[in-house]
Amino acid sequence: MTRVMAQLAMVMNLDKCIGCHTCSVTCKQAWTNRAGTEYVWFNNVETRPGQGYPRTYEDQDKWKGGWELNRRGRLQLRAGGRLKKLLTIFANPLMPSIGDYYEPWTYDYDRLFSAPVTEDTPVARPRSLITGEPTKIKWSANWDDDLAGAPELAPADPVLRKMSDQVKLEFERAFMFYLPRICEHCLNPSCVASCPSGAMYKRSEDGIVLVDQDRCRGWRMCVTGCPYKKVYFNHRTGKAEKCTFCYPRVEVGIPTVCSETCVGRLRYIGLVLYDADRVAEAASTPDEKALYEAQKSVMLDPRDPEVIAAARASGIPEDWLEAARNSPIHKLIFDYGVALPLHPEYRTMPMVWYIPPLSPVVDVLRETGHDGERAGNLFGAIDALRIPIGYLAELFSAGDPEPVRAVLRRLAAMRSYMRGINLAGERDESIPAAVGLKGGEIEEMYRLLAIAPYGERYVIPKAHAEQGAQLEELATGCSLDYDGGPGMGGPFGEASGPPAPVAVENFHALRERQSTGELDRADELRGRVNLLNWDGKGTPDGLFPKRKDES
Amino acid sequence: MNALDVTLWVVAPYVALTVFVLGHVWRYRYDKFGWTTRSSQMYESRLLRIGSPLFHFGVLVVALGHVGGLVIPKTWTEAVGVSEHAYHLTAVVLGTVAGICTVAGLAILVYRRRTVGPVFTATTRNDKLMYALLAMTIALGLTATVMANIVGGGYDYRTTISPWFRSVFYFQPDGDLMAAAPILFKLHALSAIVLFAVWPFTRLVHMLTAPVGYLTRPYIVYRSRDDHAGSRPPRRGWEPAGRP
Repeated sequence: MTRVMAQLAMVMNLDKCIGCHTCSVTCKQAWTNRAGTEYVWFNNVETRPGQGYPRTYEDQDKWKGGWELNRRGRLQLRAGGRLKKLLTIFANPLMPSIGDYYEPWTYDYDRLFSAPVTEDTPVARPRSLITGEPTKIKWSANWDDDLAGAPELAPADPVLRKMSDQVKLEFERAFMFYLPRICEHCLNPSCVASCPSGAMYKRSEDGIVLVDQDRCRGWRMCVTGCPYKKVYFNHRTGKAEKCTFCYPRVEVGIPTVCSETCVGRLRYIGLVLYDADRVAEAASTPDEKALYEAQKSVMLDPRDPEVIAAARASGIPEDWLEAARNSPIHKLIFDYGVALPLHPEYRTMPMVWYIPPLSPVVDVLRETGHDGERAGNLFGAIDALRIPIGYLAELFSAGDPEPVRAVLRRLAAMRSYMRGINLAGERDESIPAAVGLKGGEIEEMYRLLAIAPYGERYVIPKAHAEQGAQLEELATGCSLDYDGGPGMGGPFGEASGPPAPVAVENFHALRERQSTGELDRADELRGRVNLLNWDGKGTPDGLFPKRKDES
Repeated sequence: MNALDVTLWVVAPYVALTVFVLGHVWRYRYDKFGWTTRSSQMYESRLLRIGSPLFHFGVLVVALGHVGGLVIPKTWTEAVGVSEHAYHLTAVVLGTVAGICTVAGLAILVYRRRTVGPVFTATTRNDKLMYALLAMTIALGLTATVMANIVGGGYDYRTTISPWFRSVFYFQPDGDLMAAAPILFKLHALSAIVLFAVWPFTRLVHMLTAPVGYLTRPYIVYRSRDDHAGSRPPRRGWEPAGRP
């Protein structure tokens, strides 16, 4: 019998990302605006082609993140086995330095007020948040945003370097897209496998990968182990920190902060069921290019009665099974087949997938004077444009252009089929047929990708009611007991003592407000008494809302 | 045995041992979050990559040597046919090499801590005290060995210091043995006693959680949400209803 586990997964539709960094900023405000995490971005947005954050993190010949197959064809950590890890524990040779991320800084704002009167305007100079000394700003988490400095910087992009020299020659005909990244919450997480203390774990209920801060001893192997470099070292507390998939939010059924605030509404969250016993086998697939299909084969069909029975036997509650059946993630990966994993060749089985962008192709067509919405033109361009396709293939399918091409053809088909409906009122069924879909499926896909409301984009089952009391933060801690607060710190200064509570907010109210269908009832308050005008005498009509049965 | 000797070689070891054990228990219960190596590799790794392994491997060998010299009685080694001369030669050579590695590593690490800006900024007063005690203990130990064996004619601590060390652990402390030892060994032992007393309150605690379990555990760790609800366990008397 298969051991069914549930996994919260995300899909991002890259065509809709405008590179505004709202996800990064709101995530930082929520999670990493503390001392020691100044340089940490659980969510960051990279311009591609570009070096990424930390610089050239995808160069696994250098950083040795993720898994590889050894000579006997078995999975092993690329950075070395258990013994090697313990022997290099005193100085990890593969750990990125602060310079590989960037040196965080602030400005000397006080100068603006305290400077004596002079003829010159006082200037707020940048100061390093690491040393406190004046510093020169040389790099940041998105220094090469929008291809800034690309002629010098982009050639160092590890993905670009994998491709042939013709890319460099044709780089003038630039293409560009944004890649927002969070922790992949992998099915086969190499950070967890790298942790000597066993402090990192995968939650068996929802698959979120977390760090137990009370068990982390700061050995730093997780930073090396993660090929996406999404585990960070808090240099003040000496503990590892990472994206939490906003677990206090998803536990009460609301999406992560990055999804919630995404301006382009390009993120989808939902459940995926998978066979936990087959993960290692699938991750050991010899051919890197077959890893995408191997990962798909581990995921189970939530509508299959056998899977449902096995899931029940594995203790997955009914409402979770229901959510898995409605999961937008499952639809995007299987029904429409447009989502691909990021770097499957790392063999970690990542669970944040991407819909590759069609826009580089459309842009080329438009710039060369062609109709960028006509199916024939788009299909032809997808087959002919080797550089964007090759680049996307290095990101999403271990270099195999076929899966990327298939996805882009479907996206192209959706474009022209929907244009036909909207402009000419005709359904050209030859277009969906060319990509192996039916017209109705294309329309459903269009709805999910373009106009799906909140409740369809985020299908997040709540953590269980019977566990609810445990999930509430108990309000027994001192409210001043946060970092920098009067009650802060343990017996040994800033790094000691218990951690600050993660959430004291009641998320239910927020969710009700955001997901209610009544937002458009603007006349709700009509006929109600403005309390500012009420003198406190009597109970005029409208002082209290009408009872349901009266109205 | 005068009052001073009793204080130094009978009372102080027990005080230090008690503080060492109870201190760790207390720290583990109340400050798990502070239980870390607090690595500074992020700031600087060129010097660390030389100094840290040199120091750590050196000090591990030194620690093993102390187990061999202090814990294992002379009669046992002689029973298996290791002559005094053979033991002595191994101990002095191995001890001196490991000791020099340790001191060199420590020197690099202290130099790094003082000269690399971010590392110095991240150094607390607690760290400085710990470094001073650790450096003093190691320096005294190495000096005692070198003075006794290379400059002097050799000193058989296995007939004096080792029996005293063991006598502390089976609760029949024999302070006279230690009172007769050379001054450098006495200072080394005293310095170590103080070091062990402050140990649980410094970052040295990371030694007690050396991750040897990593060699045997499965790679991927799964954990249920149930036993880790909230960011901290409820305090006594504040457990939610419905749990026995």
